[in-house]
Amino acid sequence: MNVRAHMSMLFHLDKCIGCHTCSVACKNLWTDRKGAEYMWWNNVETRPGSGYPTQWENQEHFQGGWEFKDGKLRLRLHSRAAGLLKLFFNPALPSLEDYYEPFTYRYQDLFNAPAGDDQPTAIPISMITGEPMEIKSGPNWDDDLGGSNIYARNDPNLEDVPAEVRAQLDELERVVFNYLPRICNHCLNPACVAACPSGAIYKRQEDGIVLVNENRCRAWRMCVAACPYKKVYYNWSTGKSEKCILCFPRLETGQAPACAHSCVGRIRYMGVLLYDADRLPEAAMVPDEQLVDAQRDAILDPFDPEVIAAAKANGLGDDWIRAAQLSPVYQFVKVWKLALPLHPEYRTLAMMFYIPPLSPVVSVIEDGLFRLDLSDANHDFELFHRLSAARLPVQYLANLFTAGNQEIIRQTLVKMLAVRLYMRRKTVDGEVDEKLIKLLAEAGTTPQEAEAIYQLTTQPTLEERFVLPPYHREMAVEAWKDPLAHKGEAGLGYLQVPRRGE
Amino acid sequence: MNWNNLLFVIFPYIALAVCVIGSVYRSIYRPFTISSLSSQLLERRKLYWGSISLHYGILIILLGHLLALLLPRSLMWWNAVPVRLYLLEFTGLALGIWALAGLVILVYRRLTSRRLWPVTTRMDWVVLILLLVSVITGVWTATFYRFGSYWFTAVFTPYLWSLITLQPRPEFVAPLPWVIQLHVFNFFILLLIFPFSRLVHIVTYPLGYLLRPWQIVVAVRGRITPQTQ
Ligand code: HEM
Ligand code: SF4
Ligand code: SF4
Repeated sequence: MNVRAHMSMLFHLDKCIGCHTCSVACKNLWTDRKGAEYMWWNNVETRPGSGYPTQWENQEHFQGGWEFKDGKLRLRLHSRAAGLLKLFFNPALPSLEDYYEPFTYRYQDLFNAPAGDDQPTAIPISMITGEPMEIKSGPNWDDDLGGSNIYARNDPNLEDVPAEVRAQLDELERVVFNYLPRICNHCLNPACVAACPSGAIYKRQEDGIVLVNENRCRAWRMCVAACPYKKVYYNWSTGKSEKCILCFPRLETGQAPACAHSCVGRIRYMGVLLYDADRLPEAAMVPDEQLVDAQRDAILDPFDPEVIAAAKANGLGDDWIRAAQLSPVYQFVKVWKLALPLHPEYRTLAMMFYIPPLSPVVSVIEDGLFRLDLSDANHDFELFHRLSAARLPVQYLANLFTAGNQEIIRQTLVKMLAVRLYMRRKTVDGEVDEKLIKLLAEAGTTPQEAEAIYQLTTQPTLEERFVLPPYHREMAVEAWKDPLAHKGEAGLGYLQVPRRGE
Repeated sequence: MNWNNLLFVIFPYIALAVCVIGSVYRSIYRPFTISSLSSQLLERRKLYWGSISLHYGILIILLGHLLALLLPRSLMWWNAVPVRLYLLEFTGLALGIWALAGLVILVYRRLTSRRLWPVTTRMDWVVLILLLVSVITGVWTATFYRFGSYWFTAVFTPYLWSLITLQPRPEFVAPLPWVIQLHVFNFFILLLIFPFSRLVHIVTYPLGYLLRPWQIVVAVRGRITPQTQ
């Protein structure tokens, strides 16, 4: 057993209100720079929808992630030798049109326009050329357009959803969408690292954050193509690749990443997971339908004395083990089995987890009429036993979170529904009857667990949502420098301005 | 001191020294600036035709030059049969024209793609123009002063070796037509600007990729634990 710690984020999709505060917080902090205007290290997509960059999940086209064939794991993008021959032109690299041309408005015109009969307008200009442009798309172009037959239809996850289910999604009365916030998944088997010919990308052993060493990046831009989530971006100005850094400077000073910290819906949780590095990459080398379980198996129980001993042998301190025990991510992922990785079939072993969304309102059209005659309670029970009637098709969610395994999605949704029913009965009706207890058991849970899930879902404190271990950076600094001297030098600007090379 | 000495002895040494010292300095002290500065994100269609043609054309020709320098005998042996000589000459000329076409496309691309203007530096133009001079004089030589692969070993191999062994003998180059002299001198100019331009990307060719483990894990104090795979 080779125990390592990982900082993981968890997204409770049921709570996301699609406000994009997270994206803006990230943009203000990290990517409000020349060459990075088009980058959204954190973005929020409307699903079903085409995503950003457009149709990023279409790996036939973008060649991201790993392929498992004949017992071997291969990068879809290239073999080592083929990669070296494709440096001059990278056929799988998305072009700016797949993202969008970044734009702003010429606000000065509003102030400087000569007096006249018309209101002055601020025309859109390109942030690359500075010239007037026509805006054709943006990072969030299909926001809230679920059910649209232009955008939602383009969702690659709908491909194998049966035609009649798809047709339902287009019916006005059944239109449904949910939000999908995305950051880099800081994968355990990252394709970006494996694809970089210069070896400029690496994973930090202490917390699993995947970083680009821009001093070693030579702009071969293989990482951009190889990341199946399209979460490495190429800075067109500096000629270097960049990606989400999980706000490590904030984590190291005890603050949650800016996206999580600013989240209005409070959907995000941060915590430590312990995992067994000896099970890599084998955890990614199982058939599609077993991927979720294999990854869950690689995540270790922080209460198990053997795991604790092995963790200590690997240099993990008590404070980190304690943080792993208190981790809300561990609860949701491993104990309650409610959280899933995004697109496990890419086999990068994504380490950010999602709780799939319950469908909004349960009502179903029958014979063209809403069945408003059913009481709420019956609606709920009906759905519990007929998940196929959920407005978000189970298969669609399975394509997003379980590599097509509908059983896992069903178990997850049923458990969430059971918790919801149980708590509603308990708080609204003030009674818990036999039927309800049976229903909980059917969903594989108990009243105690249901209440714990409810508690952590709906009213966690800040400290319960973000359980951040101390990084002891002062000790790391000591290795090469007097920490006090270092303190005086940190954060006072560049030692070398990151200027574009000639 | 005559022109010949200045251009083909003094200047090459200066250029080489600047090239080596500059590149080493830059890779140690200014590593952030070293990049191929790809502009594929902004424009890809013309780059496809331009970059692939230029790179494959020029890289194979460069390797050919290197071969003639290091293994002149193998070249002479190959050229002993006329058919093989014609084949080699024709291939070389075709590659040269291919590289030239690529360069012309790249120049056209930088001129016409508006999005590239903000990322085009003066040095980018210097490099493209010097390469144009290089390739045009090269193709010119191959066309009008046949057969290069034949006389290269008699003229340039000894000249370049004389430079490398610090016993310069510029008299090999002195009697050559000016086009060929320009071709040689232009190469030294390229060496001179090498560390100050995007050309440094050539020496960062990541051969190590063939050998390193797929995954790279780095611990706080710089300990790298390769993950087997
Ligand atoms: C050794 C292997 C080489 C590799 C892997 C390589 C790779 C690259 C890459 C990735 C680019 C950026 C293309 C883009 O915009 O996406 C580039 C551009 C360029 N390379 Fe190379 N290169 C190599 C050798 C050379 C050589 C030998 C020369 C010439 C002597 C050269 C001259 C150039 C020039 C002039 C450009 C700029 C093209 C433009 O955008 O106008 N390269 N190279
Ligand atoms: S999601 Fe992040 S860690 Fe995973 S492959 Fe993409 S960039 Fe790399
Ligand atoms: S800030 Fe939170 S609620 Fe708002 S879009 Fe982002 S993840 Fe969703």
